[in-house]
Amino acid sequence: MRIGIPRESKAGETLVAATSATATQLQKLGYDVVVQTGAGVSASQPDTAFTDAGITVGSAEDVWNSEIVVKVNAPTSEEIARLRPGAVIISLMAPGRSPELVEQLVSANVIALAMDAVPRISRAQSMDVLSSMANVAGYRAVVESAHAFGRQFTGQVTAAGKVPPAKVFVVGAGVAGLAALGAAGSMGAIVRSFDVRPEVAEQVESMGATFVTVDMESEVSSDGYAKEMTEAQVAATAVMYDAEAREADIVITTALIPGRPAPKLITAETIAAMKTGSVIVDMAAANGGNTELTVTDEVVVTENGVTIIGYTDLAGRLAAQTSQLYGTNIVNLLKLMTPEKDGELFLDLDDVIVRGITVARGGESMWPPPPVHVSAAPKVEAAAPAPAKEAKPPLTAAAKSGLVLAAIAAFGLVNALAPTDELRRHFTVLMLSIVIGYYVIGKVAHALHTPLMSVTNAISGVVVVGALLQINTEDTTILVLSTVAILLASINIFGGFAVTRRMLSMFSKGA
Amino acid sequence: MDIYSVSNAAYIVAALLFILSLAGLSRHESAKSGLTYGIVGMAVALVATVLLVIDQNSDYGSGATIPLMLIAVVVGAGIGLWRAKIVEMTGMPELIAALHSFVGLAAVLIGVNGHLEGSHEPLASLINIHEAEVSIGIFIGAVTFTGSIVANLKLSGKMKSDPLMLPGKNVINVGSLAVFAILTVVYVSGHEGDTLQDVVLVALTVLALALGWHLVASIGGGDMPVVVSMLNSYSGWAAAASGFLLGNDLLIVTGALVGSSGAYLSYIMCKAMNRSFISVIAGGFGIAPPSGDAVDYGEHREIQAEAAADLLASASSVVITPGYGMAVAQAQYPVAELTAKLRAKGVEVRFGIHPVAGRLPGHMNVLLAEAKVPYDIVLEMDEINDDFPSTDVVLVIGANDTVNPAALDEPNSPIAGMPVLEVWNARDVIVFKRSMAPGYAGVQNPLFFKENSQMLFGDAKDKVEEIVRNLS
Repeated sequence: MRIGIPRESKAGETLVAATSATATQLQKLGYDVVVQTGAGVSASQPDTAFTDAGITVGSAEDVWNSEIVVKVNAPTSEEIARLRPGAVIISLMAPGRSPELVEQLVSANVIALAMDAVPRISRAQSMDVLSSMANVAGYRAVVESAHAFGRQFTGQVTAAGKVPPAKVFVVGAGVAGLAALGAAGSMGAIVRSFDVRPEVAEQVESMGATFVTVDMESEVSSDGYAKEMTEAQVAATAVMYDAEAREADIVITTALIPGRPAPKLITAETIAAMKTGSVIVDMAAANGGNTELTVTDEVVVTENGVTIIGYTDLAGRLAAQTSQLYGTNIVNLLKLMTPEKDGELFLDLDDVIVRGITVARGGESMWPPPPVHVSAAPKVEAAAPAPAKEAKPPLTAAAKSGLVLAAIAAFGLVNALAPTDELRRHFTVLMLSIVIGYYVIGKVAHALHTPLMSVTNAISGVVVVGALLQINTEDTTILVLSTVAILLASINIFGGFAVTRRMLSMFSKGA
Repeated sequence: MDIYSVSNAAYIVAALLFILSLAGLSRHESAKSGLTYGIVGMAVALVATVLLVIDQNSDYGSGATIPLMLIAVVVGAGIGLWRAKIVEMTGMPELIAALHSFVGLAAVLIGVNGHLEGSHEPLASLINIHEAEVSIGIFIGAVTFTGSIVANLKLSGKMKSDPLMLPGKNVINVGSLAVFAILTVVYVSGHEGDTLQDVVLVALTVLALALGWHLVASIGGGDMPVVVSMLNSYSGWAAAASGFLLGNDLLIVTGALVGSSGAYLSYIMCKAMNRSFISVIAGGFGIAPPSGDAVDYGEHREIQAEAAADLLASASSVVITPGYGMAVAQAQYPVAELTAKLRAKGVEVRFGIHPVAGRLPGHMNVLLAEAKVPYDIVLEMDEINDDFPSTDVVLVIGANDTVNPAALDEPNSPIAGMPVLEVWNARDVIVFKRSMAPGYAGVQNPLFFKENSQMLFGDAKDKVEEIVRNLS
């Protein structure tokens, strides 16, 4: 089948759905790939990059005539009209928020796959476009803020005086937030972050940032979900946002609530109290913004000199990077859908990922998909709770020493009963050897247990001495028996030592 | 200074060298010198004894003695060196079990000789002691002999490794011990040279042989590390019993060293399975009703070798936890190659070894060493368990029960309380497995159904090789 990569029609769009590298991977899956002239120019993928990699560059006509069309933005009505009936269109679609688009796709009788509807399960991570874009956007948000900020991020003591490090406050520690705080931290800034989910504190701290906590009586949730915040909690959180923002040089906000406008977290008063030259990057600008003064897609400077950046195309501002990641997500999806690697797309609706992204097929709407069980945790109620095994109480120290003393007493008794001194001497030797053996073996490294066993095997071949001491006899039976015993014990001695030597010579230390 | 005092002095020297030998084995750096001490000690003991035999030969030996002795040593040495040379490292458990059986049989023969020779003691009480020593020596030797043979057959797959479940097997075991005690008393109270004594001794030997067979036959394949080290211990006690019989301190010292070393290893193994020694011997692990089967753990996810290679290439730290399956599939060489490739790419690769992985204590270490994996990246369970949360990818190759979270989470599981490698704390887990069948303990493994684990089905060796090819 042929895959067409069109030039994006949206004004100002820099991204492209395939780079020369990902297009080559698509070819390896058995597909023919045709890229529209100039499709990748803004993403540092000129036509020559594709032709050099052996990818066909063709007209818009060629591209839209393909069996599969892969693009970044949702197709416009004109673009849908250009699709062949039964063709497959793959792009971002936001099907939940665009019922008209879904309708158009259904009536066009195409198969529509929404890349932004990939279910959030582990297996689908390699296709999760939203994560890869948020990651890039978070990084770019820091770069934008650094560009607008009149100082450097890292603290220094120079001959010309001390440079304080920049203080960065990141609201929301999702993929974008974590990427932002990581980038800011590696540029040398002091990074603090807050998220309403206290469980992400560990992730924040693992990136070297400080997690901000709000002093309030948090209710212990019984059902595992965060309760709606009480009024007191809302107030306490607002105070925290105000204090943190006043203190910070850079504020990056990423707070989004699915299906609702972004919450207004930074008030106009707070911004008015911020230092001149401070920068706010509002990554929620597309959904209305997290500050009261954000203007979507614009940069505004307040009266007191605070820059508020409301770009919604942060990922697109790193076009080459984002295109590469998007293209790889596409390749991973097509890998899943091309099990035979023969260039034939197989729409397996029993696969939760495929089902999840399928918006329209054969003139029927497939949206919304059935809910996906994200967790594989057991849902079955435990059968009648069997009584847990009673743990044996470990021996107390007193009981242990009692046992040891009893053993020693028994040994003393045996010795006292032994009729000859010779026997007593043998017992003494036996006991001392056991104690020595215990302490010597206790120190042996786990890795050397097998060599240890083969050595002990070899030295237990010392019974050969016993057999040898018996061989001087005129009794033929004894002679034969001891000869056999000597033979067996010799196998042990030589075999045991030889195999140990072989093993030990294998153990070698790494460079 | 006559030949006796020289040989006795030689025995003391040999005993000291054996202790140094075991001490040397405690660390990798000194292991080779430890081996040398052992060889020297054995040479000293052998040469001294052979000289003693030659010296005494003129007094009460026969003409055939010396040639027979030399032939026996040379043939034995030849067989031993030949077996040692050709044995596969995966076949180590069988070889070691076979070697145990030789010590056991030799001890039996020495005991029989002791019976045939008689005690030459003047006092009745001393004669009784001699007879008791004969009976105990034969008993331990015979149990070791048949037990080791069964262990060898099970390990080499010539016998089914399922536990033999005779009704009332514990009664059989304890009853045999009681009968042994009675027979010993009968034997000791009989008169030297009586036919009754011969008959009793034969009965006792047969009983011990049967007990050894039954004891090991009723233990399943996965408990073999305990069984092999237990037999190691028995072979030591058999040697010590021979030492008592012959009044030879070298045998007693060596036997005690080997006996306590085997006992200690068994103890470590049992602790690693959170079971008592008695319960291992009593068997029944593999047949406990699998209580976890009713639980639905959800679906498992599959991964292909190519994707696994991508995952590994992008990881910064990888831990490999091998099990017996790696030995069965002979996958240690491709695993070593994979390790070398990843390390060359700057990925930190380490191995986590569970104490009971494999069929012999330390089995995995030997296999990995054979494939030239440096030993300083092969770590024990306790050393690596805390590092899993910061690990990117864990490869579980042929291990199952030793990485089962049910041991910690499900108090009713048959393996509850057993310390396990907590691989599920890593970011991604790839499990190499032939199918979804449960492991030795018959327990389903919830690890396979965790969010972050993916199954790679197929022969471990082929799959690892495929990953290596895809890594280039």
